Amino acid sequence: MSDNPSLRTPSQRIAWIATIAISTMVFIFLIAPILAIMPLSFSSSSYLTYPLPGLSLRWYDDFINSPRWMNSLKNSMIIGIASTLLSMVLGTLAALGLAQWKSRFKPLVLAFVLSPVVVPGVITAVGLYFFFAPIGLTGSYLGLILAHTALATPFVVITVGATLQSFDTNLARAAASLGASPLQAFRRVILPLILPGLASGALFAFATSFDEVVIVLFMAGPEQRTLPREMFSGIRENISPTITAAAVILTTVSIMLLATLEGLRRRNERLKGGS
Amino acid sequence: MTDALLTGANASTEVSLKRRLRRAERTRQVKALALVVPLLVFLLFTFAGPIAGMLWRAVDDREVRQVLPQTIAALADWDGKGLPDEKAYAALASDIQAARAGGTIAIAAKRLNYALNGFRTILTSTARNLKPVPEPGTAKETLSKINPAWRERSTWTTIKDASGPVTGFYLLAALDLTRNADGAIVAAPPDQAIYRDIFARTFLISLGVTALCLILGFPVAYLLAVLPPGRSNLLMIFVLLPFWTSLLVRTCAWIVLLQSKGVVNDSLHWLGIIDEPLRLIYNRFGVCVAMTHVLLPFMILPLYSSMKAISPAYMRAAASLGAAPLTAFLRIYLPQTLPGIGAGSLLVFILALGYYITPALVGGAADQMISYFIALYTTETANWGLASALGAVLLLATLLLALVYGKLVQGQQVTGGMKN
Repeated sequence: MSDNPSLRTPSQRIAWIATIAISTMVFIFLIAPILAIMPLSFSSSSYLTYPLPGLSLRWYDDFINSPRWMNSLKNSMIIGIASTLLSMVLGTLAALGLAQWKSRFKPLVLAFVLSPVVVPGVITAVGLYFFFAPIGLTGSYLGLILAHTALATPFVVITVGATLQSFDTNLARAAASLGASPLQAFRRVILPLILPGLASGALFAFATSFDEVVIVLFMAGPEQRTLPREMFSGIRENISPTITAAAVILTTVSIMLLATLEGLRRRNERLKGGS
Repeated sequence: MTDALLTGANASTEVSLKRRLRRAERTRQVKALALVVPLLVFLLFTFAGPIAGMLWRAVDDREVRQVLPQTIAALADWDGKGLPDEKAYAALASDIQAARAGGTIAIAAKRLNYALNGFRTILTSTARNLKPVPEPGTAKETLSKINPAWRERSTWTTIKDASGPVTGFYLLAALDLTRNADGAIVAAPPDQAIYRDIFARTFLISLGVTALCLILGFPVAYLLAVLPPGRSNLLMIFVLLPFWTSLLVRTCAWIVLLQSKGVVNDSLHWLGIIDEPLRLIYNRFGVCVAMTHVLLPFMILPLYSSMKAISPAYMRAAASLGAAPLTAFLRIYLPQTLPGIGAGSLLVFILALGYYITPALVGGAADQMISYFIALYTTETANWGLASALGAVLLLATLLLALVYGKLVQGQQVTGGMKN
């Protein structure tokens, strides 16, 4: 475990051990809560305490048979997928444009495009609440999809933009010199190469929407409540083990997204290493 | 190649070719911009427009003007000294009659009550008792008889101050300031002056969480940066998994862990350290722990990328020149991590300032941050002017810090993303 054996003095060894000890505690701090909540969802008791008196799937049964929870899962999927698609179209176009656009206003435009990420959720939510209510977009799927798209698009612009930065434009030129039309060159040369970047962008966009709760709190009617929104009111009222089942389902989705992202990153690295 | 041909060509074709190239470049630029425009238009509608609308609401003041138009007109040339003349009283009486018939009196009453506690009663009692239209010349007497408040100058200055169409009233209120009867800006009465405390609290919690994140994140980022890639990639999962886990799952997890019959209290009891369960949640402690957990990855990732860029050769060079390890760390390594420390701290601080969900779920009444009050005034009490003004202050603070952040990370790769 040595970064440089020539520097190993006793005091450095102590510092190194301290680093490892503190880091281990921080890793436990980061991961333990997520791990601790999972077994409780399989408990046969309705008390959220250890040790578990017995194992049971009754809370998952509860979740699946509850119209409220299933409806919220469905809403999360609808809104997540729709805003991912919309933000992919808008974000990819913008990233392609920004990669070619040369202007001194570019940093300003970029800052504007990325600002939905920085502005506190409550401010965006309040603004949208005032703005969308008179035109009938509060309490509607469309309003939530539009709002989530605005939040998700910056991530698409960032990830696709980063991919385009490492993209070798000579390849596009080569395609053109071999007689490909711009559209053909995009579809057959550029697109396959930036596809991993697009996929990560889509994952980020979906995760953003799937996790968002502040805007949903302000804008969703009873029909559009999403999974995080149901969890929010569930936690407020009293935490039943059904919430822990919902938490496990949400975490599973996150792990799948993360694993896909990691797979994409590895593939990208392998391709880069091969070239 | 074309270059070779070009140098051989005569001057006139060269110029036209240059012009053609320039034109081609210009079309390319226009096409590039055209690709960005759809997103810009979209964001104008779903983001910039709504926020501009919110900012407008922070200064918009047309309610009283709509309900009491004649009064406002009559007060236009009142100097604010002494009481207004009979004309203003007559206008007010006529406005109140009309507002009563139109059912709009509550709108003005609500707005005026923000500025002067009890104004709602003054206005509604007057409206109730103002049965016949006062004879010409007797409006002042009639109104003052119904409610002696109409003999007070402050009643009238309140109406004049609220005459719109724009006002600094809500913005001043958001900073615990108000205008007195003479129009000077003074401190708000103590029972209304709560926002400076709330801003200070928001600031303090954010600062504390940022400090905690830095203390906990620094060794982890260092470890991840110096370990061989295989091992650090594996450990990175410990940072990325929480990062990707839903905010609500994590908040819920902390409630389960920290509640009085939760895992932490049970373990401490079992170990014999405590007899009574400790109060670990629904207080400041719970807020800080949960927020630190949520924001720690936002500290570790920028720190990690700045440390990854530091070549180990510098430390070796320092050692070879006789620096003790601690000296080398403090004078060679630490300064190079400063951009990462700055970026991570600013990012965490900015995100913490706007936090709503976590304090709302794990904090007590005394731990709610500014976002909570913005939400409260928007959805519960419908004091939209004040909600917008508080939002404007928070937005200003966030944007200023974001500007600094932008300067700091300029040229650095901004990836990893941010979630709120």
